[in-house]
Amino acid sequence: MAQQDDTQSILKVERLAVSLPDGTPILKGIDFELRRGEVFALVGESGSGKSMTALAIMRLLPEGLRYDRGCIYLQDTELLSLPEAAMQRIRGRRIAMIFQEPMSALNPVMTIGEQIGEALKLHLGLRGRKQRERVIQLLQEVGIPEPETRLDWYPHQLSGGQRQRVMIAMALACEPDVLIADEPTTALDVTIQAQILDLLKSLQRKRGLAVLFITHDMGVVAEIADRVAVMYHGEIVEQADTRHFLIDPEHPYTQQLLKNALPLRALKPAPKNQSLLEAKGIKVWFQQGGGWFSRKKRITRAVDGVDLTIRPGETLALVGESGSGKSTLGMALLRLNELTEGQILFDEQVDLATLNERALRPWRRHIQVIFQDPFAAFNPRMTVGESIREGMITLKVGPQDKASQRERVAELLQKVGLQPEHMDRYPHEFSGGQRQRLGIARALAVEPRLIICDEPTSALDVTVRAQIIDLLNTLQEEQGVSYLFITHDLSILPRIAHRVAVMQQGKIVEEGRVEQILRVPQHPYTQQLLEAAPKLVRTAVSDLW
Amino acid sequence: MLKYLIRRLLYAIPILIGVNLITFALFFMVNTPDDMARIHLGAKQTTPEMIAAWKQAHGYDKPLFFNGNAEGLDTLTDTLFFQQSVRLFTFDFGLSDSGRDIGADIQQRMWPSLALALPTFLLGLWVNITLALVAVLFRYSRVDKTALVAAVLLMSISGLFYIIGGQVLFSKVLHWVPISGYQPGADAWRFLILPVLIGVFAGLGAGLRWYRTLFLEEVNKDYVRTARAKGLSEWRTLSRHVLRNGLLPILTGVVVVIPTLFMGSLVMESFFGIPGLGSYTIEAIQGQDFAIVKAMVFLGAVLYIAGLILTDIAYAWADPRVRFK
Amino acid sequence: MIALLWTDVLVWLLVIMLALWGRLAMRDALVRARWQQVFASPLATISAIILITYLKLALLDSIHLRMDDGQLRSLLDLIFYHLLDASERTYSAPFATHEFVKSVVQQDGQVLQVHLPLRHVQPGMVWWDLLLAAALASLVVWLTRRGVPDFFKNGIFARSPRGVFWGTAWGVWFVLIALWLLSHHYHVFGTDKVGNDVLYQAIKSIRTGVLIGTLTTLLMLPLAIGLGVAAGYFKGWVDDIIQYLYTTLNSIPGVLLIAAAVLVMQGMLETHPDWFGSVAERADLRLLFLTLILGLTSWTGLCRLLRAETLKLSAVEYVTAARALGAGHGRILLRHIVPNLMHLVLISIVLDFSGLVLAEAVLTYVGVGVDPTMNSWGNMINAARLEMAREPMVWWTLAAAFVFMSLVVLAANLLSDRIQQVFNPRNA
Repeated sequence: MAQQDDTQSILKVERLAVSLPDGTPILKGIDFELRRGEVFALVGESGSGKSMTALAIMRLLPEGLRYDRGCIYLQDTELLSLPEAAMQRIRGRRIAMIFQEPMSALNPVMTIGEQIGEALKLHLGLRGRKQRERVIQLLQEVGIPEPETRLDWYPHQLSGGQRQRVMIAMALACEPDVLIADEPTTALDVTIQAQILDLLKSLQRKRGLAVLFITHDMGVVAEIADRVAVMYHGEIVEQADTRHFLIDPEHPYTQQLLKNALPLRALKPAPKNQSLLEAKGIKVWFQQGGGWFSRKKRITRAVDGVDLTIRPGETLALVGESGSGKSTLGMALLRLNELTEGQILFDEQVDLATLNERALRPWRRHIQVIFQDPFAAFNPRMTVGESIREGMITLKVGPQDKASQRERVAELLQKVGLQPEHMDRYPHEFSGGQRQRLGIARALAVEPRLIICDEPTSALDVTVRAQIIDLLNTLQEEQGVSYLFITHDLSILPRIAHRVAVMQQGKIVEEGRVEQILRVPQHPYTQQLLEAAPKLVRTAVSDLW
Repeated sequence: MLKYLIRRLLYAIPILIGVNLITFALFFMVNTPDDMARIHLGAKQTTPEMIAAWKQAHGYDKPLFFNGNAEGLDTLTDTLFFQQSVRLFTFDFGLSDSGRDIGADIQQRMWPSLALALPTFLLGLWVNITLALVAVLFRYSRVDKTALVAAVLLMSISGLFYIIGGQVLFSKVLHWVPISGYQPGADAWRFLILPVLIGVFAGLGAGLRWYRTLFLEEVNKDYVRTARAKGLSEWRTLSRHVLRNGLLPILTGVVVVIPTLFMGSLVMESFFGIPGLGSYTIEAIQGQDFAIVKAMVFLGAVLYIAGLILTDIAYAWADPRVRFK
Repeated sequence: MIALLWTDVLVWLLVIMLALWGRLAMRDALVRARWQQVFASPLATISAIILITYLKLALLDSIHLRMDDGQLRSLLDLIFYHLLDASERTYSAPFATHEFVKSVVQQDGQVLQVHLPLRHVQPGMVWWDLLLAAALASLVVWLTRRGVPDFFKNGIFARSPRGVFWGTAWGVWFVLIALWLLSHHYHVFGTDKVGNDVLYQAIKSIRTGVLIGTLTTLLMLPLAIGLGVAAGYFKGWVDDIIQYLYTTLNSIPGVLLIAAAVLVMQGMLETHPDWFGSVAERADLRLLFLTLILGLTSWTGLCRLLRAETLKLSAVEYVTAARALGAGHGRILLRHIVPNLMHLVLISIVLDFSGLVLAEAVLTYVGVGVDPTMNSWGNMINAARLEMAREPMVWWTLAAAFVFMSLVVLAANLLSDRIQQVFNPRNA
């Protein structure tokens, strides 16, 4: 190729259609092109087909899926008509790919040096010392400290962010023309996410890479992409420059998507100034090891002296990164895991921490819980009606005959936006968002005064996430229920929280009203968290107040 | 790691004590030595004197756990439990009911057992894993489906039919190898080749299916996709990435049996007349020689526990997630 | 006069329990849908019909009557009563008209070596019998189809291909009727050394195989489920003890443990002749003890599996939710944990069945299986082993055992494959 100007297309996808063996279409004719040196973002919610597009380009579709029609050109080569052996020379050499989950995407029983070296040997014929030197160079480039020793490490010895760096080094080892990044930052904490995005951006500029960036996160799009395509149900509904796209989206679906992605402020009535639940000096320490014959015990201080107060009708958001102990704290307040130390004063009168299971039972109905994973939250062998009724039976809440209980279940289902006839169905018949609604209904069935929401929205798409948050807010208005809302997502705070507590390594480092925390954070860790959030979110937040 | 090993070794002690208690309870409490004497002397026309004489001759005339007639430490040691079971811990197996030295018998007979069991084990492992990898390479295609159907068919036929069929075909009809017998030394292979091949063949169906399932579970994991995205061919992906990870669960099932290979195979050895521990055991069972059966139970338990510890070591060696913990 | 044998009582109890459990489970729409999916596969349908046929024959053979001469005869014996009197003098090949070995006879003052004719054979009836069997089988199928017109409506076979279902049903009836008719005129699988009909032995062996395959599991299940679930759910010292228990039992090589227990059991039977009246009852008692021993030594595998699964389940969010809703241990175990383990139990029942049928043969060969006087495939193979060494070979005993045994094991394996595929898609 003699001349390469910036607008030359390097990868071109035409009328690409893919379907399941039973004929259900997954991709319904996708057209786009990737230009040299640009970052092209493919945005969409789960099931929109964005990851399938990436795998289709690599010709790595899951077994059973088949191409119906379409062409994929890598410069002048049509990929779909290549024999498999020729395609193998393109994978890793000319198109490389990185994946969402860096832990499972790396082979756990091979050193990272071996795994990177494998590509070098395969495509460039590098062996021995030369290979080793090149691997060290690559690891240095992606910012792994002490690459000479880390080279012989196994994936589990690295942190999540470092693993993703190794994945990037592996992808870039043979200097490909195109990099496909499939949600590369989704599984990472915000601070790490920001670092990885920076790294990708700088490598892309330095090498003039063309990047196909797949994500569901509008904030990330604004951060990294030059152009954007929005996918919906296997089709591209809108394609535009990022700047144009963010300011003036055309398609209604895109407009909705953007609106839901941005922080919104809910007008929340101020709660009464008394305490519903007051936790003092909560400690949860886990012992690890220590069997019959071992003396050494390691102690993990998951929660290490936490005080917090939740008022009636209030939402307290508990924010922190993974491993900060926020979920453990939630379970401890429910007395669902062993408390090492501390008091849980409920209603300013009874200390739940001192009660045994039997004495605790009358209080259980007041504190309920909603979980993150809507697929694990329901017993697959019980109808959802039975699941919702369970609490009424065990805690003796409401009517005690079956017919009136079923009436009440019907009522609850309507309240959370479902139909009474859903009662006799099984959990697998519902979507993720619907199950989250069912979880709320199950909690509401015993008329609790506090619901501990353990990341209830993080497994959901933005549109559904917004609906669930609105539902929670409505219920709070109607019934005055309080929430302890555990989350890692800063962008939803203005919409859900009255107050925010920031948790790091088992301790609460900062606590205050939501606008106070988001606008003038005091603690360095809070500041770091906020800075790591995508710019799109940060500007929107500062516009709220 | 060393500490962990020592812990495992210590854990073996209560297990061996448990094994001893179970066998002791079976042989001396559910069935009293009187019953044993009666069986050996023939059920009819036994006098109490004959029983007492038999018991004394075989050392079964002591009390179970506590000897009131003895003094000092002897109250505990001069008992059936101590003499018959605790002694086993020093690998002192004593005499069989027919008066042979069990320890010497075991030392002599474990080598033919090993000569048969080890090749069967290794060849079987190799054949099963290779075929399973090939089946996974062609997964869900006609090759794979045929292999699966064949595996179910093979599994559904009792091993006894393979043995009898093999003997008839290769020895009786074709006269390729002797029908049974054994000769130590260089000529042993003529006697071993048929039982080894039959052993491998009989285990083929179950083995192929098990390994195929393990490999299939790995094939859909993310790191395999990464390997493919690197440009590796399907066979290289399987033999480099999938095999190495698939070997981890295989190790747990496989390493544990290695020490027990010494015990030989009861059926194989007796069909092919190989004078190993398997046929030794079967003779003891058929001759109702409790002393030998008891010794073999203890030996088997020791070897099994050795296998468990060996598995731990192998696992730690093969899985860096355990090695670097 | 009906005579009750221990194993008869147990196997009928098992059938009744299974029927009750089946009715209960079928009320659950999910479970019913799963089973319908299992039998949507033609192979699974065929396998199930074959297994049910074996089970029915075993059940027929498990109702014993005491005859006037004091002998115990089962209903199956009565159906094949003609075979009981049809003993020949020695070996004869399948469908043979003369004995297999030559006998010395004196004829007209000459000493001759001749194959003597068999006593209970009427040659020339084969085609007539087959034709009649085909007609009768068609009649039976036609009658059942008319009798239960909406058979497929809601039961477990609702989605199974009808042609396959009725075809297999016809095939099974045809084979059974044909064997019965032919056995009046021939020795279909020949006769053994003392002239007994081999077909009769093979059919009588069905009961032994099926009983070992089912009763063992029945005896083992409560132990495996109870201990496995308790270890996984309560953890701590309960778990320690149960783990110690199964590691200890596991560390004794299976065959040896069974052998040791059987030796002891033999000794007990020998010293307590008052426990049984006749040889048949003694053999039955031995069978019962054998299943008991097999059950006691084989629970560890399933127990370990259930423990691991319970550990996983008790950390799943719906169990946590139930705890937050104040559900006690009993409710959590019965409503949330055990129902979600049942697929593992089911898979292990079907899988163990074939393993146990195969194990019977090996154990009997080793000498620690069923009583040598009892009809079983293991005893048949054992006898056949010596016959194969004869010149020319006497192959039919082995062939009969092979056909009858492999068919049921193959059917069980195929069915368990399908059940695994449907109930545990991860292993498909």
